[in-house]
Amino acid sequence: MSLVSLKKINKFYKVGAHALHVLRDVDVDIAEGEMVSIMGSSGSGKSTLLNVLGILDAYDSGEYLLDGTPIRGLSERRAAQYRNKFIGFVFQSFNLLPFKTALENVALPLYYQGITRRRRNKLAAQYLEKVGLLEWSEHRPSELSGGQKQRVAIARSLITQPRLILADEPTGALDSETSHQIMDLLAEIHAGGITVVVVTHEADVAARTQRIIRLRDGKIATEAASTSPTPSTSTSTSPSPSPSPSPSTSTSTSTSTSTSTSPSPGSEQAG
Amino acid sequence: MFSLDRWQEILGTLWRNKLRSALTALSMAWGIFMLVVLLGLGNGLQAGVEHGFADDATNSIWLFAGQTSRPHKGLPIGRRVVLANRDVGKVDALPAVDHITGRYFARGGMFGGEITIRAGAKAQPFDVRAVHPGHLYLEKTLMKAGRYLNDTDVAERRKVVVIGLPVAAFLFGPANAIGRWVEINKVAFQVVGLFDDEGGEGEQKKAYIPITTAQAAFNGADRVNMLMFTVGNAGVAESKAIAAEATALLAEAHDFSPDDPQALRVRNNVENFQTFMQIFSMIDLVMGLMGVLAIVAGVIGVSNIMMIVVRERTKEIGIRKALGATPANIVGSIVQEAVVLTASAGYLGLVAGVGLLQLIERALPPNEMFGPPRVDLGIALGATVVLVVAGALAGFFPALAAARVNPIVALRDE
Repeated sequence: MSLVSLKKINKFYKVGAHALHVLRDVDVDIAEGEMVSIMGSSGSGKSTLLNVLGILDAYDSGEYLLDGTPIRGLSERRAAQYRNKFIGFVFQSFNLLPFKTALENVALPLYYQGITRRRRNKLAAQYLEKVGLLEWSEHRPSELSGGQKQRVAIARSLITQPRLILADEPTGALDSETSHQIMDLLAEIHAGGITVVVVTHEADVAARTQRIIRLRDGKIATEAASTSPTPSTSTSTSPSPSPSPSPSTSTSTSTSTSTSTSPSPGSEQAG
Repeated sequence: MFSLDRWQEILGTLWRNKLRSALTALSMAWGIFMLVVLLGLGNGLQAGVEHGFADDATNSIWLFAGQTSRPHKGLPIGRRVVLANRDVGKVDALPAVDHITGRYFARGGMFGGEITIRAGAKAQPFDVRAVHPGHLYLEKTLMKAGRYLNDTDVAERRKVVVIGLPVAAFLFGPANAIGRWVEINKVAFQVVGLFDDEGGEGEQKKAYIPITTAQAAFNGADRVNMLMFTVGNAGVAESKAIAAEATALLAEAHDFSPDDPQALRVRNNVENFQTFMQIFSMIDLVMGLMGVLAIVAGVIGVSNIMMIVVRERTKEIGIRKALGATPANIVGSIVQEAVVLTASAGYLGLVAGVGLLQLIERALPPNEMFGPPRVDLGIALGATVVLVVAGALAGFFPALAAARVNPIVALRDE
């Protein structure tokens, strides 16, 4: 059974008198343990799709099952519980609370689980150590670099041990070197068995995932199975290096012309 | 609900927004402060008036003999009306009259003047009142030692005097004054009683002698300048009727028109007291209203700032929601913040207001204009509770709206 199952999801934004159709009959299935990227140009609805996945935003029609549970009509309380325990978020703009230290930011999701301060801070220190920022735990976000902020945000997303990490342009505000480190970190998380969904418009970022979902004008353009059906999946025990050869095979199988151009810089960088 | 964590979050937020918190607290504290001070001052003014009345019977009517200003039965105007001891008896015979006294102004003028009282080497002018025994009730004289004047004193023109505690202290020091002799206008009087009076030192520095003794000593024949009597618990209308009845009685006896306002001047204390009380309950009302308006201004200030707070924190609310905060978490913390802020500020305003009133009370001893400016603490606490609830509501509705917004909308807020 898939962890995430979207069937014929539609979403509209009201813009004045008109309704903007941002998601059109989107069907997505993501299995537990997958690492998937959602690609598309700006305005393609990729962030909206991720927000729907994260129960941060509502949808107008269709069916969304998260681990078999229908998400529609979920009470605010239950939605908050899902966001807290099941899902971890990583945002392009980090969304750290500026007045809290790195440690307090990481510990914050546990506050909403009613866990004691001592235990929260102990766990937060462990997760900061995992992302290599233990010595920065007493610093506020303004004193951290972009990459450090994103690592704090990733530590925060992991602290509740979620089953699904949703990353919205996690490297969008970072330089390529730092982007690389962040993607390494996400790949590592994936290797630990957590399902990871990354929204990006950068092909080299998408190339490091197992599968690319392309959105165009709110529709699934192609389900470019970048790695999954090919024999390389068996070798995907080490996720970070393996996706690099696979896009070349996927482009050969995919028919769309847009996909053929995009993975090429990714493969260049990998090679 | 009241976890240490929550408190740390709230105090942290308040501390981060020091200026905003201070302004909210100020508008709140000011409202309560104004309410307390205004109510206190209103009470002080009222207490002052009540104090002014406290030393006299408020259910009394005073009649002053004057000059005729209207022709009556062919008699000209400008005739002096001269009351006599027998008039006191006539008025006393009226069923509505309770206690009665005449007053003879030994030194002429209004209420007479001061007369030197001497005891050995000590001498000083005091106000000596020539009265009937009923004066005890009209002046609310409080006997401390010995006795007041009695009917025998009046009938036999005894040379006895009742003196106030300060007078006794001046003349005799701490020694017992009862039975001692004093000279009043070079006539020896024996002290038979010591009194106190709630009207303050002015009312205590007096001496009372029988009216008949004074009339004899000061060539007064049987003249009475003034009549005072109480009317039980008669209302304003009743008291006016009684005054008219007494006036008619005296008009008949002394041949002046009962409608002549100058021949016999009437001071109806029942009416005066009620008028004063009405004025001061109006002043109280106005003061209270101003206080309430100050509170309303405080509520508006608090509401405004809480709305800004929620607006300012939309993004933070979005982040917290994405991390798993329920709407109850969000609303609870904002409302609690508002309550903590308004309650502590209200308390400060309350303390400051009561403090100022106590300073005023210390600086201004009770007098005829102004009594102790006390405030009903229940009202002040009630007003604080109103402000706290208003602050909570002011935080509650915007917080509820913010907590219900899709987290992504809140997150987008920059």
